[in-house]
Amino acid sequence: MAAGAPVVLEVRDLRAYLYTRWGVVRAVDGVSFALREGETLGLVGESGCGKTMTGLSLVRLLPEPAGRIVDGQVLLEGEDLLTKSEPEMRYVRGRRMSMILQDPQTSLNPVFTIGDQILEALRQGRADGGRSLVARAEDALRRVKVAAPEQRMRAYPHQMSGGMKQRVVGAIAVAGEPRVLIADEPTTALDVTIQLQYLALLKEIQARTRLAMLFITHDFGIVARMCDRVAVMYAGRIVETGPTRALFRAPRHPYTEALMASVPRMEGAVTRLPSIEGQPPPLHDLPTGCRFADRCAYVDDRCRREYPPTMAIGPAHEAACWRIERSPSSR
Amino acid sequence: MLEDRTIAVEPLIRVENLAKHFPVTRGVLIGRTTGQVKAVDGISFTIGRQETLGLVGESGCGKTTTSRLLLRLEQPTAGRVLLDGQDVHALRGADLSRYHTRVQAVFQDPWSSLNPRLRVRETIAEALVVNRRVTRSGKLERVEEVLHQVGLPLSAGARYPHEFSGGQRQRIALASALAAKPELIVLDEPVSALDVSIRAQIMNLLKDLQARQPLSFLLVAHNLATVRYIAHRTAVMYLGRIVEHADTESLYRRPLHPYTKALFAAALPADPDAPRDDMILSGEVPSPIDPSPGCHFHPRCPFAMEQCARVAPELKTIEPGHVVSCHLY
Repeated sequence: MAAGAPVVLEVRDLRAYLYTRWGVVRAVDGVSFALREGETLGLVGESGCGKTMTGLSLVRLLPEPAGRIVDGQVLLEGEDLLTKSEPEMRYVRGRRMSMILQDPQTSLNPVFTIGDQILEALRQGRADGGRSLVARAEDALRRVKVAAPEQRMRAYPHQMSGGMKQRVVGAIAVAGEPRVLIADEPTTALDVTIQLQYLALLKEIQARTRLAMLFITHDFGIVARMCDRVAVMYAGRIVETGPTRALFRAPRHPYTEALMASVPRMEGAVTRLPSIEGQPPPLHDLPTGCRFADRCAYVDDRCRREYPPTMAIGPAHEAACWRIERSPSSR
Repeated sequence: MLEDRTIAVEPLIRVENLAKHFPVTRGVLIGRTTGQVKAVDGISFTIGRQETLGLVGESGCGKTTTSRLLLRLEQPTAGRVLLDGQDVHALRGADLSRYHTRVQAVFQDPWSSLNPRLRVRETIAEALVVNRRVTRSGKLERVEEVLHQVGLPLSAGARYPHEFSGGQRQRIALASALAAKPELIVLDEPVSALDVSIRAQIMNLLKDLQARQPLSFLLVAHNLATVRYIAHRTAVMYLGRIVEHADTESLYRRPLHPYTKALFAAALPADPDAPRDDMILSGEVPSPIDPSPGCHFHPRCPFAMEQCARVAPELKTIEPGHVVSCHLY
């Protein structure tokens, strides 16, 4: 869809570790991907696979002092964000790259009005030909379809529903017209009918602004609906990347395959779900070989010895699995 | 299975016109009641032996209050919950003790539902000790039995909850629910706090347990696919009322109530080529404080007619085992 569009964000071999008393937790351990203008890339994985840490690394908001980016590049329109100073980063956040977090309850400040919080974000933003900040804040609310924005400006977060709060968070995130939006499970705390409203809203904003979106989720239903491409993460690394349709039709990494098979479906009765036995390895004590080896149905000696290189399967479709080398894609 | 259930025996659980209203008060010292939150507003259903009833709906629809009423954690404002024909809220003494062994619960969050200071075997045995007279050896035997049933090694009994992952903790919670050999387990969002790859393990375990012993489940969940996989029958709740109730297959094949349809349309299928018959509802679930007369769903319903605002629709049987509360039918 956005194949010809320019690359806005490129992440190269990003490594972000947490230094804890149990050892070094390699939460993000060599992650690379690119994001084009107007494109949505889904970052899928289970909790603890490093997907949220990847998102936080991009805006340089890792939990301190434990979290540190140890290697890699984050190129936003060609500029490496990892070489920037903190004051420079403050100029990047909100204006060039924004992030929406999972829980609107905690991302809004309970003691300030909605208006105050949007105005604060706008003041950080670029100047705009003399229009009053208040008018722009009301516009921002209107864009996320909050009814009666003049009144809502004076409301406190506790006076709003979860869905409405997440809209306000969205309004703050896109008020500065960023080029990249990182959405970290933005609808997990919302009810399903409200979730659908919110996803439609994000799509609408994207169509208007050509925003590039990194959509972090564990829900394949959301991926199928929202994403042009998908990257599947397991134990700190991306194990498979591909166009959404190709990945759903023919997942090539055993983890992707097993994960998709284990999701119960709305359509058609199933008598028995295949499940993945076992647990992911602890990130402070990773095996040298493939990290999925212990749970993989196709494991052999080589998998346990060596981490497989990322191999191309089809157009823009690649996976890190030794099996791909052995059985080249039929297509 | 289906034939068994239709034989005219008393179902394990019969809920009759159950209601729970919470007063809304204003003022600190002299509280004035200014309204009623009708969390559950006159619902009826049955749960047969070895049957799973799924209760679905969005937050605030009353599904958790319903499960708490069944667990005797709330007193109903009106209506009754009958276990084998006995009103559970009228039980006293030995009958009450017996009730506590017959009905158990597993909650959503296995991080807060297990006592961190007790060894796993103590947590599991607690349910036995409190409600039944058991010998020491009988207790240990039962603990080992249920650990085996939920697929945990016997060595797990000597360890503490923090040593386990989320999926394993949910197995422990299930083991302690099973210990007293209950007939009904209330499952309140049993897999929604778990990871995708672990959910299937637990759902399969629930099905296996039910296949091996006479066990009924009330499954409270918001994930429709989970309910489809586990429940024999499904009831859809909206603002304290059941709007549709049917055999799971019948409901998922042909949802009738506009709210059920919207709920199903909002559940995103994990398939990029699935047809998108979007029915994006406007607005949100209104406040359950003094809801409007008539159908509770009418302010958001795309098919609302004039009478929907005035008259609450009755539950109508559309086909055997499929009832819906809507003026369209």
